[in-house]
Amino acid sequence: MCLGIPGRIVEIADAARKLAIVEVMGVRRQVNVACIMKDEPLESLIGTWSLIHVGFAMSRIDEREAALTLDVLRQLGEAQEEIEAMRATERMMMGAVQ
Amino acid sequence: MNYTDEFRDPVAARGVLAAIARVVDEIGATKEKPLHIMEICGGHTHAIFRYGLDKLTPPGLEFIHGPGCPVCVLPMSRIDECVDIAERPGVIMTTFGDAMRVPGRRKSMMQAKADGADIRMVYSPLDALELARRHPDKEVVFFGLGFETTTPSTALTILQAHADQQTNFSIFCNHITVPPPIKALLDDPFMVLDGFVGPGHVSMVIGIRPYDFIARDYRKPIVVAGFEPLDLLQSVLMVMEQIRDGRAEVENQYSRVVPDDGNPVSIAACHEVYQPRPTFEWRGLGEIDASGLRIRDKYAAFDAEVKFGIGYGTGPRFTGEQDGCRCGDVMTGRIKPHACPQFGKGCTPEMPLGALMVSSEGACAAYHQYGGFQLEVAE
Repeated sequence: MCLGIPGRIVEIADAARKLAIVEVMGVRRQVNVACIMKDEPLESLIGTWSLIHVGFAMSRIDEREAALTLDVLRQLGEAQEEIEAMRATERMMMGAVQ
Repeated sequence: MNYTDEFRDPVAARGVLAAIARVVDEIGATKEKPLHIMEICGGHTHAIFRYGLDKLTPPGLEFIHGPGCPVCVLPMSRIDECVDIAERPGVIMTTFGDAMRVPGRRKSMMQAKADGADIRMVYSPLDALELARRHPDKEVVFFGLGFETTTPSTALTILQAHADQQTNFSIFCNHITVPPPIKALLDDPFMVLDGFVGPGHVSMVIGIRPYDFIARDYRKPIVVAGFEPLDLLQSVLMVMEQIRDGRAEVENQYSRVVPDDGNPVSIAACHEVYQPRPTFEWRGLGEIDASGLRIRDKYAAFDAEVKFGIGYGTGPRFTGEQDGCRCGDVMTGRIKPHACPQFGKGCTPEMPLGALMVSSEGACAAYHQYGGFQLEVAE
């Protein structure tokens, strides 16, 4: 939970709510990007890597740092847990629509 | 197996290990009279066991596992209160998966769910807010848990709920902060700590300055560290070099992610939404001054304690442990996990009796998973 996971911002989802879509190990997920915004258009975040903690982009990192961190998280088993938590939540929310 | 073969850069790792051994020698620390270095963060504890760093470093250096695992230090009474809220009609309780198996006095959230309470695991507090939008007829409560790394996420979620005027959403706030328990441990005459490895992702939010008191008032070194094994070893070396040189400073080994001043947006959001409680209970450590956060009155509409009439410290409190569980003694370094009579018997990761066995960041779970018990017996 505290370690988070690196993800790459691929799309802006809701500019008013500062929400973007990140891709984390092939899984897409909506995250809040308020903590990594600077004085620039939100679109400029696209392509940026960030550490994602429980749905919030917390710190910009470069691609090398992202790869390094992902390696460690995989070895600790934390990456798999994060991805599973994202997927399980998505399944639960799909159920909640009906 | 040679653990260093698994390192990304085994040559660099061996170089740092050799330097650590040299500095430990220069200090004159031995197995009989070791230096005690506390890694505060549960993620670091997990990495130390996973990569066998405690076996690779010289016997004159002993790792003491700190209180930085949020589910491990969560008092049983807060689980009881959470289950109490979750079992009320019309409530959807949401939580990170980590907290589901933490034992309460009556039951865990997992057991409460099996008994019919609507408890759902979510990845993010934003998912809980989304559930509230989709279920306007229900009260959706999020079990807010964690240190400074996760605190901004619930603060920003409350600010979003406030902006959206969402009336059926609240947070049961159990957020805690790292510096106060470190001060409490330094004030404990039983604890002999020579230096600290600080949690990188906490400092990503708060920066490194909140640790100044450790160097200034207690004359102990602290190095904020990343999570890669080489990061950890380099940080340990930096702590050792400070001890050897008679320095006590706050250093930042993880500057590629951690700015010295932290993240201003996160800090501002937390300050806007939270204020320190006078005290908060830590499992195994007891009540610690100003170590927990509550939601400010301005955002009381999103405070589950207010909505459900469960203020902190208003009900009867049970501060003990389950029968035979010695989590408190492990937490304060009085015993190693396998010295607990329940370790691996009445308490396993599948059926935890104590909180330290629940999370992969807990010392007992790490010992259990990576065989610290067998390794020590074999020595």
